[in-house]
Amino acid sequence: MKAMIDKELAVLHEELLIMGGLCEKAIKNATKALLEYDLSAINTTIYTEIEIAKKERDIEELCLQLLLKQHPVARDLRKISSTLKMLTDMDRIGRQARDIAEILLQTDLSRHIRNTHIKEIATASMKMVTGSIDAYGDNDLQACEAVIEEDNLVDELFNEMKKDIIEMVLADKTQIENGMYLLMIAKYYEKIADHATNIAHWVEFSNTGKYKGEDIS
Amino acid sequence: MENKLKFLIENVNLYYGDSHALKDINLSIEEKEITSFIGPSGCGKSTLIKSLNRLNDLIENCKITGTFLLDGINIYKDIDPNLLRKRVGMVFQKPNPFAMSIYDNIAYGPRTHGIKHKVDLDEIVEKSLKKSAIWEETKDRLKKSALSLSGGQQQRLCIARALAVSPEVVLMDEPTSALDPISTAKIEELVLELKKEYTIVIVTHSMQQAVRISDKTVFFLMGEVIESNKTTELFSRPKDSRTEDYITGRFG
Repeated sequence: MKAMIDKELAVLHEELLIMGGLCEKAIKNATKALLEYDLSAINTTIYTEIEIAKKERDIEELCLQLLLKQHPVARDLRKISSTLKMLTDMDRIGRQARDIAEILLQTDLSRHIRNTHIKEIATASMKMVTGSIDAYGDNDLQACEAVIEEDNLVDELFNEMKKDIIEMVLADKTQIENGMYLLMIAKYYEKIADHATNIAHWVEFSNTGKYKGEDIS
Repeated sequence: MENKLKFLIENVNLYYGDSHALKDINLSIEEKEITSFIGPSGCGKSTLIKSLNRLNDLIENCKITGTFLLDGINIYKDIDPNLLRKRVGMVFQKPNPFAMSIYDNIAYGPRTHGIKHKVDLDEIVEKSLKKSAIWEETKDRLKKSALSLSGGQQQRLCIARALAVSPEVVLMDEPTSALDPISTAKIEELVLELKKEYTIVIVTHSMQQAVRISDKTVFFLMGEVIESNKTTELFSRPKDSRTEDYITGRFG
């Protein structure tokens, strides 16, 4: 019994880590597509998102099988239930990276990189995604705290972006549509950062039984 | 709302000859709550539950030190064992109806406590069978042998028999381990219902059963209480790694 559940939980951990790696790949390519207007990066993002969605279903099934077979309690139950929650967050990260890529199919925004904070918000969000996946892989609670803290920076950068875009369209009305696209992309990054924050919270829960500092059963 | 203390177990040690079966047990059992005792075979949980109505008295070489207080009364000093067993009933692992009619099984206890009139006995029999959720199945065959009932029905009959003498506490030693899942579910539902009126202590090998029905869970290991806590807490965030190893199936 012992060997069986430990083996299955190890597989589950590994699989979610692979899914996390795919999320990093998706957001990295979406950002490359944005900053360098790289069409093959758009393509890679979309294909990676398809892989992420498939991974999500596989891991979900693994979780349900484990719940059925092992009737887990305590840390085992936390491991599986937090995996189910992180699955959703990772799936959204993939989905939002793809949304960014699909906007770039419509328009080239690379000329607006310099006069807005888009590169900063993209970089900060990517860093948080990587940070949360690493924190998960290593069960590193300090790294979780760092990710949660960084979310404030992304929120600030999003506010900066709003100001940038207003200035941009006031200066040149032909850029109204691009301004809207940029705002959407900035919002996707801001949401991606939120999902990275969620992952950090679930890693804490899985390890300590506390979610945002509170006991939950 | 804080419940009233029903049992207070203080510094209890129990020996079967040279074997030290219970070691420094300190435990409280709240009134009108369900308390589960869990732990591997031989950990002392059944020994302790039997001590609560002095069933160990019959075992030779059994020596007990420390105190068991029932509503503040020392059950090994200040109460007649027969009266104690009227207040603290017991249901065993295997259904053990007497080889007599359903009616007489229930009336047996009240009769030994001096209730003779048929009207009174009829009332007790009906009430006990209703409380044990077996009245509908037995009301037309009260004169039939209790042994004609199914295993699950026999166990509910045994619960009814325990209730017939109006106990305050009902002890259950693995009451569903010999039953099929449907009978088990019925007993669990019944136990939850009984908690409104009675204090219940249940020994179980089923972790899921402990989680489903009990308010408090006590984990025993080699004669010691390792951890005692609210059930949801013990099964979510056990404090002792030995508890965690046991409940997650990594024991030994």
